[in-house]
Amino acid sequence: MPKTYKNPVYPYRRPPELDLNETRHCPVVIIGAGPSGLAAAIDLAQQGIESVVLDDNNTVSVGSRAICFAKRTLEILDRLGCAQPMVDKGVTWQHGRVFFQEREVYDFNLLPEEGHRMPAFINLQQYYFEEYLVDRADALSDRIDLRWKHKVVEIDSRPERSEVLVTTEDGDYRLTCDYLLVADGANSKIRDMLGLESKGQIFQDHFLIADVVMKADFPTERWFWFDPPFHPGQSVLLHKQPDNVWRIDFQLGWDADPEEEKKEENIRPRVQAMLGEDVEFELEWASVYTFRCRKMDDFIHNRVFFMGDAAHQVSPFGARGANGALQSTENLAWKLARVLRGQAPTALLETYDIERQHGAAENILNSTRATDFITPKSHISRVFRDTTLELAESYPFARSLVNSGRLSKPCRYDGSPLNGEVGEGFPLELRPGSPAKDAPVHLAGRDAWLLNQLGDRFVLLLDGRVDSARAETLKSELEPLLARRDDLDLVTVGPTPHALTELPRSTQLEDAENLIGERYGLAAGAGYLIRPDQHVTARWNQVTAKAVDEALECALGTHLAIPRRETPRDNQGDRHATA
Amino acid sequence: MPRLELDPNFTDPDAFYAALTEVHRERSETQSERINARLILLLANHVGDQQVLEEALAIAGQATESTPAQDQPAQQQQR
Repeated sequence: MPKTYKNPVYPYRRPPELDLNETRHCPVVIIGAGPSGLAAAIDLAQQGIESVVLDDNNTVSVGSRAICFAKRTLEILDRLGCAQPMVDKGVTWQHGRVFFQEREVYDFNLLPEEGHRMPAFINLQQYYFEEYLVDRADALSDRIDLRWKHKVVEIDSRPERSEVLVTTEDGDYRLTCDYLLVADGANSKIRDMLGLESKGQIFQDHFLIADVVMKADFPTERWFWFDPPFHPGQSVLLHKQPDNVWRIDFQLGWDADPEEEKKEENIRPRVQAMLGEDVEFELEWASVYTFRCRKMDDFIHNRVFFMGDAAHQVSPFGARGANGALQSTENLAWKLARVLRGQAPTALLETYDIERQHGAAENILNSTRATDFITPKSHISRVFRDTTLELAESYPFARSLVNSGRLSKPCRYDGSPLNGEVGEGFPLELRPGSPAKDAPVHLAGRDAWLLNQLGDRFVLLLDGRVDSARAETLKSELEPLLARRDDLDLVTVGPTPHALTELPRSTQLEDAENLIGERYGLAAGAGYLIRPDQHVTARWNQVTAKAVDEALECALGTHLAIPRRETPRDNQGDRHATA
Repeated sequence: MPRLELDPNFTDPDAFYAALTEVHRERSETQSERINARLILLLANHVGDQQVLEEALAIAGQATESTPAQDQPAQQQQR
């Protein structure tokens, strides 16, 4: 049990439904108060949607699991109002070393791009991550009914609604809901109850996680060993977490006995050999795991939506589990909010599956590639792996092939049916489907960040540095559009003529370091339409109200066909390796 | 339209072939295997283009479809 962290115990409350005669109906019920469930509840609450969150436990993650949170995740959390405590507590690092056998073959510095509010990534124990999410959810308790020690034991899923039977220490009760969001983890019971599967590959390997507290200073760097003398034939990762806790990840091989390996007397000599004879440490937490890369063929079943590890699971290399999960919840939240508010057809929800299948496949591909590099599956792949590492010591080109996990990058929804015009002469990196990029801005004379001006609603980001005649035209076009579309706000990059400053729900900012201009390729009169999840949906060299209106319709899915829920999708997945 | 060069492109084919044989002279099979791996990685980076590399891999991979030359000498006729 960790000594540097005491798990909070959240209060169980007797549900009012036990004293009601009829079954209560809710718009949204969420199963699981882990990273996905909490993030979804917070996102929905910020967009005006109430939810009931049910968790069978009463605390956060016991022991550390996910530790590495990427920039895009922090940006999502910043929109959700809880990134700051995570960044404050987390360890920011950018330096790493790669070792092969006895030698260090190279080191690297990630040198993140300047002019972003969030760091490239932080290391933070999952229990802190969840605790800060719970704090934020509690602050939104008028819309989030968070229920600890409420366990779902039965589910009835129908095309129009779902019903759950919940058990508590005071008795059982039922809830019905329009939408049921399931985030009960990799071994999802709800998925099993519905007879659904997550399919993919189990890797024939065991890994030992040892979290140790160091007595002395150790550099804040990521160290990765291939075939080290203290653990021959395997790989080892060392990574720093807050509270002077170090994560050590030992590959054990398939023949290892998990129970034996978990014993402190077996872990100690291994860690000691790695850190050196005189380094003092305390063992904080240890567990042995195997991992899987798998996903469901369809994240939607009737009106049940699967999120996080329940929907898609990856190997830990590259930190794509929790990071991928947060991208999924934010993809779903804004769509669900608009369907529930009657602003979009239910067909919009289908694009959660389309866009996030794309994201999950990308994450699984990347994490599988890293796994195959770390644990070669044949003699010849081992020869190539070892040769790559040897060459990496002298030749920079080979370093690009060394794969100890590609750090999570935000997914681009290329080919999404919600994407609109690509525009000409704009940067490829911000094509429709891409997450918006941050930049420093001046807002009412103060320093601020662009991303903090986007999200939760649609935003037209307009380069307002136009002449007054053009400003008058834009004003007369945009005024009725903004009046009709109350889900659309305007953010203009100025200085802008007076006419454009008088529009409702509009913010004027200045491009403090000319990085919006550079990153977005903006010029006078050009603009981007940004979705509520901060992804670009369309862009134009010359904004017109008509084009924005059409792109909005497209992003809300009004052109999409009625959902295909009635016909089950054919399951032609790779069955022989079904996990 | 393949982009992999399949027409002669060596500045000195005989010299290359001799050098290739020379680098493997008096090496164990294990050493030769590593030399080949190094060579492939060095040349692959020089080529760089993924499409060209995939075309080369596809042609190289066809070798698995027929058995080695010594088993079927009749089918390995030189033109």
